[in-house]
Amino acid sequence: MRHLLSASDLGGEDVAAILDTADKLKQTLLGREVRKLPTLRGRTVVTAFYENSTRTRVSFEVAGKWMSADVINVSATGSSVGKGESLRDTALTLAAAGADCVVLRHPASGAARRVADWLADHGTSVVNAGDGTHEHPTQALLDAQTLRESLGELTGRRIVIVGDVLHSRVARSNVRLLHRLGAEVVLVAPPTLLPTGVRDWPVRVTHDLDESLEGADAVMVLRVQAERMHGSFFPSAREYAIAYGLNERRLARLPEHAPVLHPGPMIRGMEISHAVADSPRSLVTDQVRNGVHVRMAVLYHLLAGEETAV
Amino acid sequence: MSGTDAGTTLFRGVLPYGEGEPVDVLVADGRIAEIGRVTQRADRVVDAQGLVALPGFVDLHTHLREPGREDTETVQTASEAAALGGYTAVFAMANTDPVADNPVIVEYVWQRGRDVGLVDVHPIGAVSVGLRGERLAELGAMARSRAGVRLFSDDGHCVSDPLLMRRALEYTRALGGVVAQHAEDPRLTGGAQAHEGPAAAERGLAGWPAPAEESVVARDCLLAHHTGGRLHVCHVSTAGTADVLRWARGRGEGTITAEVTPHHLLLTDERLATYDPVNKVNPPLRTAADTEALRTALAEGVVDCVATDHAPHAPQEKDTEWACARPGMLGLQTALSVVVLTMVETGLLDWRGVARVMSERPAEIAGLADQGRPLRVGEPANLTLVDPEARWVVRGGELASIADNTPFEGMELPATVAATMLRGRLTSLDGKVLS
Repeated sequence: MRHLLSASDLGGEDVAAILDTADKLKQTLLGREVRKLPTLRGRTVVTAFYENSTRTRVSFEVAGKWMSADVINVSATGSSVGKGESLRDTALTLAAAGADCVVLRHPASGAARRVADWLADHGTSVVNAGDGTHEHPTQALLDAQTLRESLGELTGRRIVIVGDVLHSRVARSNVRLLHRLGAEVVLVAPPTLLPTGVRDWPVRVTHDLDESLEGADAVMVLRVQAERMHGSFFPSAREYAIAYGLNERRLARLPEHAPVLHPGPMIRGMEISHAVADSPRSLVTDQVRNGVHVRMAVLYHLLAGEETAV
Repeated sequence: MSGTDAGTTLFRGVLPYGEGEPVDVLVADGRIAEIGRVTQRADRVVDAQGLVALPGFVDLHTHLREPGREDTETVQTASEAAALGGYTAVFAMANTDPVADNPVIVEYVWQRGRDVGLVDVHPIGAVSVGLRGERLAELGAMARSRAGVRLFSDDGHCVSDPLLMRRALEYTRALGGVVAQHAEDPRLTGGAQAHEGPAAAERGLAGWPAPAEESVVARDCLLAHHTGGRLHVCHVSTAGTADVLRWARGRGEGTITAEVTPHHLLLTDERLATYDPVNKVNPPLRTAADTEALRTALAEGVVDCVATDHAPHAPQEKDTEWACARPGMLGLQTALSVVVLTMVETGLLDWRGVARVMSERPAEIAGLADQGRPLRVGEPANLTLVDPEARWVVRGGELASIADNTPFEGMELPATVAATMLRGRLTSLDGKVLS
C-alpha cells in the first residue's frame, strides 16, 4: 500500500490488517507511562490541513508522535498557501523537503488523489484526511474499529447512517468500508440530502428514521450544518431535529446492544440530543481514542518497512 | 485578402463530398474555376488522390483569448489552429478582458484576424455590458462597426434574466442579429463541478443538473417565438435539451438553431474518475445516454451544427485540484476527427452531412455569404481537404495553440485535414501552416 486515498483502495485483508495492527498498538500502549514506540523513528510526517480540524489533525499528530515520527504541521493560513501557492507546488515542496508521508485535509474533492498523482515520482505517501465531500477513509477505519469492539465481526450487522449524506465524506467512506466488511448499511436522510444515484449504492435508503432503528445494530449520526437550510435542503433546524435528530425517545427504540456513533463535531440539539450524546450508548470518545490507534496503524502500514515489527 | 495574388492551384484527384469519381479542381482568382478533368497548368499542383473535398469549416464558438489572456492563446495561434483544423471562418466569443461589449474591442479582434489572414475572424459581441446580465450592451454600434457583428452572446454566463433575454431577442431583429445563449440557470448550478449524476455523486463533486440547461432553453425558445427573434443555443449538452429543441423548432415566429461540441459527442462523466481537470468543461461532460442522444439530434438536424467551444487554459489553471480548475478545452484541431469518429464511422453522417454540420449550417446561421457554399464552379474557394483514411495520435504539445492541455491527449483519432484554402489561398497543407 503506497497511499490511502479512498476506502475502496482497501481490500478486506488490508482492513483486517490495519484494524488488527491498531488493536495490537492499543494493547501495547495500555497502561504504559511513556507512550512512545520507536517504530517510525527518522520518518517525517507532514499534516497539511486546508480546512479547520481539531480532532483529525490532533489524532494524526499524536499517532505519529507516539511512534516517534517527526510530525510537522502545515496549515493553509500559516504557510505560503496564504500567498496563493498552488496545491501542486506545495505538495512538491513538502516532498522535496523530505516528507515521507503527507496527510492532507482539503476542501476540494479529489485533492488527495491529485497530490498522489503529482508525487508519483517521489517516495512520498499520501493519506487522505478528508477531501471535500468525497472521502475520509481513516474515519471509516476508526468507525469500523469502534463498531468491531462493540459488536464483534460486522458481517451481517445492520448499520444505520443518518444525516447529510449528500455532503458527507464520512458517509461515502463508511458505505464503502462497511460494505466491504459485509455489513448491511441503511442510509436515512431527507431526499434533498441524498446523492444522485444513491439507490445504486450497496445500501438500503429510507426517509424514516424511526422505522430504520428497529433491528439496527448501530446508528451513526452525521453532522448537519445549520447553514444547509439556506440552500433549502430543509426548512429549519427544528424541523430537521424533529424528523432526523437522534433523541432519547428514538434511542429507546434502538435494540439495547446497539451503540451510537458520531464523527464529530456534534451539533447538540440538531442531529443529536444532548442526552443521547452523553449517554453510555454513545461511543464518541471511543471513536476519538480508536482514531489515534487506527492512524498509527495506517502510518505503520504505509511507512514502516516489512521487517519492522509493531 | 482578395486571394487574387495567390495564383492558381490545382487539386488532382479529389472526391467532392467523398462522392463519385475523383476529379481535378482548379482554383483561380479565389474561386473554383473548373471541376473535372483539368488540363490547364497551374501555379501550384496538389496531389489530392483519395482526399475528400468539403466547403471550409465554420466555427460559431471559439475563445481566442485576445485581448487579455495572450499567455494561453492569441488570434495568431488560434488562427493557425483553425487553419490546421480545416476552418476558414471562426467566431470569437466576447468574454475577453476587456469584454467585447463595444465597437472598439470587436474592431480590434476583427483587425487582428485580418492581419493574421489565415482564417476569417468574426467577433461576437456581448449581449450585456461586461457580461453582467444587467443591461444591453451597444449591440447596434457593434453591428455597424467594421467588424459587422451579427452574433451576440454572453457565453460563459447565461443571460438568465428573462426580461433581458426577451429584449435582446427583440432588439437584434433590427440588426439581423442572432442571440447565442449559454443556457445555464445559475440558481441551479451554484458551486457546480460536474454533471449531476451518479459519477459525480460518488466522487463528491457538486452537481450541474441537466434541467438547469433544459429549462433555460425551453424558456428561450418560447421567448424567440413570442418575439420573432433569432435564438442560437450554444453547446447543447443533454438529451433533454435535444427533446426541447425537437418540440420547439418550427412552432412559431422565432428562428431556433443549436450547436453541439465535439467533446459532448464523445466524452462522458466517466472521465471524472481521475479528477483530472482536463476533463472539466462547462456545460459539463454528461452521460453516455446524452452523447447518444446528441449524435442522433445532430444527424436529424435537430441540432444544426458542430461548434468547438475551443477554450484554451494555462497549465496552472488546469493542473490543479478539480474545484480550482477553469472549465474549457481545446477543440479547433480535433473537431473534425471527433466528428468522423462519432458521426461518420457510426454511419450517422456521410461526408455531405459533415459539410452540412461543419460548414453550411453554421455559415447560414451566421449569415456568411461566402462560406459554406457548394463545391461548384464560380463559388468562393473556401475549401477543406480531408484524408479520410489517415489516423493520428493527439499530442497537446504538438497543437498550434499556446495552451497544450487536452482531454484527447494520447487518443488515436481518425481523419486528418490535408489542406485548407481560404479564398483561393492555401492556409494549411499536410499539417503545416502556410502564412
